[in-house]
Amino acid sequence: MKIKHLLAGGSLLALSTLPVAHAGATLDAVKAKGFVQCGVSTGLPGFSATNDKGQWTGLDVDVCRAVAAAVFGDASKVKYTPLTAKERFTALQSGEIDMLSRNTTWTLTRDTNLGLNFAGVNYYDGQGFMVHKSLGVKSATELDGAAVCIQAGTTTELNLADYFRSKGMKYTPITYDTSDETVKGFEAGRCDVLTSDQSQLYALRIKLKDPNSAVVLPEIISKEPLGPVVRNGDDDWLKVVRWALFAMINAEEMGVTSKNVDEVRKTTKDPGKQRLLGLSGIKGQGLQIRDDWAYQIIKQVGNYAEAFERNVGQGSPLKIARGINALWKDGGIQYAPPIR
Amino acid sequence: MSDASSEKAPAAASFWRDPEKRAWLFQVLVVAVVLALFGYIFQNTLHNLEKRGISTGFAFLNNEAGFGVLMSLIPYDETYTFGRTFLVGLLNTLLVSAIGIVFATLFGFIIGVARLSSNWIISRLAALYIEIFRNLPLLLQILFWYFAILPLLPHPRQSIELGEAVFLNKRGMYLPAPITESGFGWVLAALGVAIVASVFIARWARHRQDTTGQTFPVFWTSLGLIVFLPWLAFGITGFPLSWEYPELRGFNFRGGITVIPELFALALALSIYTAAYIAEIVRSGIQSVSHGQTEAAYALGLKPGQTLRLVIIPQAMRVIIPQLTSQYLNLTKNSSLAPAIGYPDLVALFAGTTLNQTGQAVEIIGITMGVYLTISLSISAFMNWYNKRMALVER
Ligand SMILES: N[C@@H](CCC(=O)N[C@@H](CS)C(=O)NCC(=O)O)C(=O)O
Repeated sequence: MKIKHLLAGGSLLALSTLPVAHAGATLDAVKAKGFVQCGVSTGLPGFSATNDKGQWTGLDVDVCRAVAAAVFGDASKVKYTPLTAKERFTALQSGEIDMLSRNTTWTLTRDTNLGLNFAGVNYYDGQGFMVHKSLGVKSATELDGAAVCIQAGTTTELNLADYFRSKGMKYTPITYDTSDETVKGFEAGRCDVLTSDQSQLYALRIKLKDPNSAVVLPEIISKEPLGPVVRNGDDDWLKVVRWALFAMINAEEMGVTSKNVDEVRKTTKDPGKQRLLGLSGIKGQGLQIRDDWAYQIIKQVGNYAEAFERNVGQGSPLKIARGINALWKDGGIQYAPPIR
Repeated sequence: MSDASSEKAPAAASFWRDPEKRAWLFQVLVVAVVLALFGYIFQNTLHNLEKRGISTGFAFLNNEAGFGVLMSLIPYDETYTFGRTFLVGLLNTLLVSAIGIVFATLFGFIIGVARLSSNWIISRLAALYIEIFRNLPLLLQILFWYFAILPLLPHPRQSIELGEAVFLNKRGMYLPAPITESGFGWVLAALGVAIVASVFIARWARHRQDTTGQTFPVFWTSLGLIVFLPWLAFGITGFPLSWEYPELRGFNFRGGITVIPELFALALALSIYTAAYIAEIVRSGIQSVSHGQTEAAYALGLKPGQTLRLVIIPQAMRVIIPQLTSQYLNLTKNSSLAPAIGYPDLVALFAGTTLNQTGQAVEIIGITMGVYLTISLSISAFMNWYNKRMALVER
C-alpha cells in the first residue's frame, strides 16, 4: 500500500514533468526501447492472468501481443504491468504504460475527461450478478437488502447503484481493491452477491474453492464494451493499437488462421487477403510499421476466433459462447473496417 | 542624521563582506528559486493535463458521485456529490483513528506495565506480545484479522443473539439504536452540570490541599456526581429514551446501529500493532525514573499507589508523551491501509474511487495529502500542548 502511494506520487510527478507528447511520441518511444509496456489486470483468468509457467495469457494479453507482433514482428516483446481497477488510468495518463488492455469499459467520461482514447472493442460484455447457491435466489429482482461485493474504481460500482435505485431496492456495497479480495470476501460470506462484468463472473467463479457453490443470475444490467486504451493526443499510436485489433477480426472474417497463414500467403489470389498479409496495398506505410504487420499478428497470435476460443471459449475452462462477440456475418456485432 | 548616513556609506560598499546581509541574500535567493521551481512544475502540469485532455480544477466536487458507500456517519446515498464522499471518507478515517488511539493507548499501558511486572510469566508474555506484533507487517495483520474472523462468524440467518437486541454475524454487530424523546435534553443538561461541578470541586480540593494539607476524594465524588445527576434527571423526566432494535428482513438485518467487520478488524489491527510500540515506550518511560525516587516516596510515607500516581507517572510522562505523539501520528497515517479490506476511509473513497471516476489525480491526491498533514499537525499540536502541561516546572 505504501508502495502504491509512492507509485501514485511518482506518477503525479511524472504527469508534471513529462514533456508534452508530439503526435507520434509513443510509437517512436516504443520502437526505440524495443518493447510494449502493457497494463493488464492483476489476474483475471481468460483475460489477463499468468499461467503455470509464469507467462501472461488471455484475450486482453493477446491484444498487447498483437501490437508487439505488428511493431516488432515478435509477439513476445511485451512487458506487463498488473494494475487494479483503481490504478489503471493514472498509470496510463502518467506514461507508466504505453497501452492499457485490461477489461476496461468504454464510457463517455473516460473517453473525454480522463484524457484517454479507446482503440476499439475486443469483448462486448454486460454486468451480471453471482450469488451463493444456498440463498436460492433466481433473479436479480429478489436482491433487495443484499450485501454486494464489488471492486473499487469500476463502472460496476456505478451501474450497481443505478440498478438498485431504479428498482427502488436497497443494498450494502462492500468495495475491495483487487479481484482476489473481492472473491475472498464473497467466499467468506461477507456479501450475498458478487457483481462485475458477466465474463469476469465466469472467470472469478473458477477461482472459487468450490465453483459449484455459486450461480450466475440471468440478468444483464449494463453495456460494457471492453477494449484497449491509449493516451489522448497520440494518434499514430492509437491507430497501431486499433488496427492490430482490426487485423485479428478481419483475419477471422477471411478465414485466415495461424495454421494456414503461411499457405495462404504463398497461394492466395484473393486481393483482400493479399492486402491483409502485406503483399499489396499500402502495407505498413500508413501505420509507419513493418509491411507484414498483420501477417505477424495472425502467425504469432492468431485471428480473433482463435484468440477467443483459446482464452475464454471452448478451449478454456470458462467455456463462454461467442454470443454477441460473434462476427457480424454470424449474427454477432464484432465488425472491423476493411484493410484497404 | 547626515553623520550616520555618511558612516553607513562605506558599510554598504562592503555588502558582500557582511555575513549577516549575505546570509539574508542567500535565504531570499533560495526561497525564490524554490518558489520558481514549484511555479514551473505547477504551470507545466496544468499545460500537460490540458494537452492530454484531462480535466482540471475543483468543479468535480459538485458532481453527483453515483456510487454507494458501505458506512457513513452522515446521511449519504448515490445522489450526493463527490464533495460529500470526501466528507464521508474523512469522518470514517477520523473515527477509526480515534478508536485505534484509545485502544492502543489502553493496551499499550497495560502491556508496558506488565512487561515490568516482577511476575516472570506476565513479563515474558508481555515481551512475547511486543515481539510478535511489532515485527509482523501491519498490512498482513489487518488482512489476518479480517479474513480470519469473517469465516468464524455465522451467516445472518444463524446470527449469535444476545437477548434479541444484539446480533452478531458476518455482516457485523447489530446493536439497538437509542431514540431520544422530548425531555432527554434535561438528562444532557444534568450531565453538563455534573461535569462543571466536578471541575469546581477539583479546584477547591487542590486549593484546600495547598493551604491545609488535607486531601479530598475528588475522583470518587466526581464520578458519583456524573453518574447520579443524569440518572436522577432521567428518572424525573420519565425515562425519555426508547430503542430501535435491529431485525432480520430478507437477507440482512435492518435498523439499529451496525458495527461493520471492516471497522472492527482495522481498529483491532491498528490498536494491537501500535500497542506493542506504546508498551515499549511506557516501559522505557517508567524505567527512566530512578528507583531512588520510589524509595524516597516510601520514606515520605506515600502509599505504593500514590507513589506511582504522584511520583513515577508524572516524571515518566515527560519521556513517554513525545514518543506517544509519534505513535498516534503513525496510527492515523497507517489507517490509510483501510482499502485493503474495504473499509471506506478517505483513501478508499476519495483517493480511490473518486479519483478513478473523475481521473483528477493531481487535485485529489493534493487534497488527500493536505488532509493527512492537517490531521497530523493537529495531533502534534495537541500533544505538544499536553506535554507542556505535564513537563516538570523547574524551580
Ligand atoms: N469493465 C469494468 C470493470 C473492470 C474490472 O476491474 N473488473 C474486475 C472484476 S471484479 C477485474 O477485472 N478485476 C481484476 C483485477 O483487479 O486485477 C470497468 O472498466 O470499470
